[in-house]
Amino acid sequence: MDLFEYHGKELLASFGVPVPAGEVAATTAEAVAAGQRLGCPVVVKAQVRVGGRGKAGGIQVATDLAEVAAAAEAILGMDIRGHTVERLWVERASDIAAEHYVSLTLDRSVRMHLGLLSARGGVDIEVVATEDPAAVARAHIDPIDGLTTAQCRTWVAAAGLADDVAEGVIEVLGRLWTAYAEGDAELVEVNPLVVTGEGELLALDAKVTLDESAAYRHPEWGGYAATQAGDEREQAARARGLQYVGLDGTVGIIANGAGLAMSTLDVVDQVGGSPANFLDIGGGAKAEAMAAALEVVNADRKVAAIFVNIFGGITRGEEVATGIVTALEQVDLASPIVVRLDGTNAAEGRAILARHESDRLVSRPTMVEAAETAVALAARRTARP
Amino acid sequence: MTILVDETAKVLYQGLTGSQGRFYGLRNRAYGTQVVAGTNPRKAGTDVDGVPVFATVADAVTATGATVSCIFIPAPGVEAAVLEAAGAGLELVVVITEGVPTHDQARLFRTLVRDFPGTRLLGPNCPGVISPGRCNIGITAGEIAMGGGPVGIVSRSGTLTYQALHDLTRAGIGQTTCVGIGGDPVPGTTFVDCLAAFEADPDTKVVLLIGEIGGSAEEEAAEFVAGEMTTPVVAYVAGVTAPPGRRMGHAGAIVSGTRGTAQAKIDALRRAGAAVARNPSEAAALVAEAVAGLA
Repeated sequence: MDLFEYHGKELLASFGVPVPAGEVAATTAEAVAAGQRLGCPVVVKAQVRVGGRGKAGGIQVATDLAEVAAAAEAILGMDIRGHTVERLWVERASDIAAEHYVSLTLDRSVRMHLGLLSARGGVDIEVVATEDPAAVARAHIDPIDGLTTAQCRTWVAAAGLADDVAEGVIEVLGRLWTAYAEGDAELVEVNPLVVTGEGELLALDAKVTLDESAAYRHPEWGGYAATQAGDEREQAARARGLQYVGLDGTVGIIANGAGLAMSTLDVVDQVGGSPANFLDIGGGAKAEAMAAALEVVNADRKVAAIFVNIFGGITRGEEVATGIVTALEQVDLASPIVVRLDGTNAAEGRAILARHESDRLVSRPTMVEAAETAVALAARRTARP
Repeated sequence: MTILVDETAKVLYQGLTGSQGRFYGLRNRAYGTQVVAGTNPRKAGTDVDGVPVFATVADAVTATGATVSCIFIPAPGVEAAVLEAAGAGLELVVVITEGVPTHDQARLFRTLVRDFPGTRLLGPNCPGVISPGRCNIGITAGEIAMGGGPVGIVSRSGTLTYQALHDLTRAGIGQTTCVGIGGDPVPGTTFVDCLAAFEADPDTKVVLLIGEIGGSAEEEAAEFVAGEMTTPVVAYVAGVTAPPGRRMGHAGAIVSGTRGTAQAKIDALRRAGAAVARNPSEAAALVAEAVAGLA
């Protein structure tokens, strides 16, 4: 779960990481009121979970309340790389003397955590790492021991930060580590971590991704989850306990197993179609999950054909086929459905599907043939005026 | 030969008394796996269809000589359960459970490396391992597999693995061992671990590797294929169309920025000399071709 900047800062602040004073605003009036309480100059920042906010004009400095109003007016509703701005973060402007970079994440290749620290913050760290690899100090952190003070000292020294801020940075890094480890984060990135004119350290931005598998031990995440799903289809799928990712195409996808579902998207693309979604109903391909999945995919107005791709293992072909037929009786589908059924007792399953075959239900023996049929059906339907 | 497990494996199930553990544990036994015990601290002394239940893994090992554990308990208890199994000296611990928090996975793996180097972890979030005709540990449907080799399979995905097993079996091509390493960010056993084992196994003459987006396990596998393997490798990688930043079902299946894309993995495997398929059916066809080409 990717957090908005304001939630990220709230989380980091709860672990003692210094962040500038600020308030959330959903309207221009709220933004102006926040500016009044905080005292100008303030920075008005679009809250979207995508990079490139600054370049898109989503971050503006306001020196008085009229400018706050103008900035809020301009930024609210703005589209930043497909994300509509619904909230602002109004923050007291900081007097920036230096900008650093710090991040914590998992390095999957060595199965340890990885910290990155650089004196060159405020810019794209990937660019810094390419242009000047020595400017990024890396520290692999043992998941058992955590970030020790000794390791932290070596790490900060390697980053070549100014001596007068080193002690402060060591303290902030310790708190960021605690936020990352105890907060069950997959990513904590602060870019920039600034040093103010008075020598104070502040996290000026916060990018935090939380591990949803750990939600059971973080009741405090409820507030974050409430602001998460922007896509109605994803909300509907989540409510039904389905693994769903919304895409832009016309072929609705239902498969059992994450790998098979991904593979189904790829094959639809290979034969010239465009998938409308990723949807995994789980390995067992149960009838209830199938009905729930058909409801979710059917509600997507862009979907012009549905491709159901099931491999029956322990759940036999005839059970899967019966499940599909039952689900079809429960859901009034707007689009034709193409089924590819394989695995244990696939022949028996296909025989059941054949008995119900119509212009609404088609069965094909292979993934490629089924994808081609689904793509052709979708093309025919979307071509209609 | 097989890798990881054969008919001598004596398997206990942590979570045998739960619905999943019971269902799959008894299926594994019906397949021919030596299912020797279950554990549940509150049900010690009872049995599940004749399989004795013990309070602890150590008790079960003492009484039955179990060598492998298969874990079906809920995610919050997995870390402690694996450490209990490792502490009791088991060689292999297979975690089927999905949803173990990433920080727990990382800490668990490190703890095994440091304190229990004799224990191999498979998973979490994996379908298990099957050496067809000898031993099936986990949730794979045994009837879709066929023993005798010459193909070894290693995969991050469950259903795609079943598809591969089924396609090969239908084509009359047997398998030595099929290992599901799981779809999580910190797998206990990697592609490289399995490739090395297959390379050392004289009966495995072709390896099928099934990867997906996220992380760099396929790139590391490619490096191993290029540098260390003479056994031909066929590969398939799912997720070419996966959008960046979105988790595709598996916790580990996510493209981060420009890293972890399917295309980069496909390119690396191809450069390493693997035959890379465009879809699962083509993967089975390429394996069949490689098998037909064996001297």
